[in-house]
Amino acid sequence: MSDRIFGIVGILLAIGFALSALAIEESFLSDAVGPKAFPLIIAAILGLSSATIALRPDAEPAWPALARLVEIGAAVVVMILYAEFLPIAGFVIATAFAAAYLAWRLGSGPIEAVLVGIGTSLGIYVIFHLVLGLSLARGPLGF
Amino acid sequence: METFANLADGFAIALTWQNLLLALLGCFLGTVMGALPGLGPSNGVAILIPLAFTLGLGATPSLILLTSVYYGAMYGGRISSILLNIPGDEPAMMTCLDGHPMALKGMAGEALSLSGVASFVGAFLATWGLILLAPQLVKIALLFGPAEYFALFALAFMTLGGVSSTNQAKSAFAAALGLGLATVGVDTQTGVPRFTYGEVHLYDGLDFLVAIVGLFALSEVFIFLENRHGGAEADAGKVKIGRLYPPLSMLKACVPTMLRTSFLGFLAGVLPGAGASLGSFISYSMEKRLVDKEGTFGTGDPRGVAAPEAGNNAAAGGALVPMLALGVPGSGTTAVLLAVLLALNITPGPLLFTQNPDVVWGLIAALFIANFMLLAMNIPMVGLFTRVLMVPSRILMPIVAMVSFVGIYGISGSTFDLLVMIGFGVMGWVLRKLDVPLVPIILGTLLGNAMENNLRRAVTIDNGDWTTLIDSPLSIGLWSIALIGFILPLIIGRKVKAGMHARRDEEGALSD
Repeated sequence: MSDRIFGIVGILLAIGFALSALAIEESFLSDAVGPKAFPLIIAAILGLSSATIALRPDAEPAWPALARLVEIGAAVVVMILYAEFLPIAGFVIATAFAAAYLAWRLGSGPIEAVLVGIGTSLGIYVIFHLVLGLSLARGPLGF
Repeated sequence: METFANLADGFAIALTWQNLLLALLGCFLGTVMGALPGLGPSNGVAILIPLAFTLGLGATPSLILLTSVYYGAMYGGRISSILLNIPGDEPAMMTCLDGHPMALKGMAGEALSLSGVASFVGAFLATWGLILLAPQLVKIALLFGPAEYFALFALAFMTLGGVSSTNQAKSAFAAALGLGLATVGVDTQTGVPRFTYGEVHLYDGLDFLVAIVGLFALSEVFIFLENRHGGAEADAGKVKIGRLYPPLSMLKACVPTMLRTSFLGFLAGVLPGAGASLGSFISYSMEKRLVDKEGTFGTGDPRGVAAPEAGNNAAAGGALVPMLALGVPGSGTTAVLLAVLLALNITPGPLLFTQNPDVVWGLIAALFIANFMLLAMNIPMVGLFTRVLMVPSRILMPIVAMVSFVGIYGISGSTFDLLVMIGFGVMGWVLRKLDVPLVPIILGTLLGNAMENNLRRAVTIDNGDWTTLIDSPLSIGLWSIALIGFILPLIIGRKVKAGMHARRDEEGALSD
């Protein structure tokens, strides 16, 4: 079933891609092939392979239970928040929180998670910023 | 003779303090990454690319660092295979079969050092193979016009599917997805924006480094979150290392095995799309058929440890041949290395050997140096690396995730790229669940623009005549190999792959 849904999504993607390709505005100065041809070939391959996947599905993959999916979803949300807050809160603070959260969700106890968070954040800051000179996001506190 | 003069020049470049230090660092990091289940060569190298990039290293030093990581990871994978029966990365899968039984018999130290020697022999011979074969391939590649290059890219994608997935349709899907992603951005030939939907950040196209780190490193974090298990720390302490040097008789018994499998592994590596996993798999199977008269393979036969290790390290060297000579990588990790070259504005392929001989020969010399460093690191100091295995994944994975973010942020300093990376991470997780191979996606995003440009150049030169694509004997030859490479696995591939994937551990890295 998963493969059938995947195949149908793939076909829709291919159609969308082909329609967007047809909508590309051509420049008056164009080569013999133009900017549309290659994307249309790709869309065709995408569509054909998706159709094959939908018609001849593999065995069902082992999807995780709902709780695990929520877990992954939550991690994605934390990562997005991390990306958004990085320029605002500064590297050290944002990273400490994100790393601590991930460590906690991967099975560390609360104290260990906090230590991993702070350790990762400071460790990366020292190695990458102070030693190697990589520019990291600067927060209101200067780090 | 010219080769030796070139090689001598290469050593002159590689033997600076900075480069030696980078090689040493790369070997160490690579071995650690290879040893840790969940971090394979491709995501190990992917995480370090942004670092090499932002440090402002030149082309040769960056390549020396990253190929040392690559070779190191091939060495390191065996450590957890032998001690824990968990492959540190996919190519080390076959090493579990005899390595772990040896460790259970109290010969862990012998198994580790023997496989270290086998890795050395494989990598050393493969580097010689690279020196001898790559210039020959360059001579052929110099005859290539745009039409032939287009055919060559098609060949790479079509043969890649044969090994990397159990389902050809899924690898075709992956390749098309990657190529489609590459077309996002301003068209290089006419200057019109494509698939940007008015988003200014997309005008430059998607950065393939962002895609690589997201697909390889972040998706690994999601896999761990899904399974949430403590990882490898459980019984690392139980196995005693024992004596560190194998008896001379054991080494002698393994010499023919190592030589045979190095050759076989090298060939497997040169073939596009095959890579180190196939190298170690066919090496083990062939040795088993050839010398396993008493049925000792699988119960801790030293030859069963030497064969896959020599095979996978030789394949690692072999995979560099098409990457350097043709610009078409032979495996997942070499695809990532290709990304490094492209990011540094160096176009691999035949011209690399004439225009940047310092890069090529410096790299080859560095491979030799790295190989000796790795041998030294992996036999007397193997105890150090076994200790690294004790780091549980609940501590390791947050560090991996954060280093990925830092690397990407360090390149562009933009939140948008981080969000795209998270998107690729989720996509990578879903696609891995659905058994869609990720390597063709990477290869597609990397080669998409070159492939399209060659297509358009070829057709434009011939005034819009599309038949020019199959005009010359060379391109017809390439297309027929591509077709055979695509169809043959449909017929015989299922059996080989079933054997290979039977031992695939969800925990191992996804590809070499």
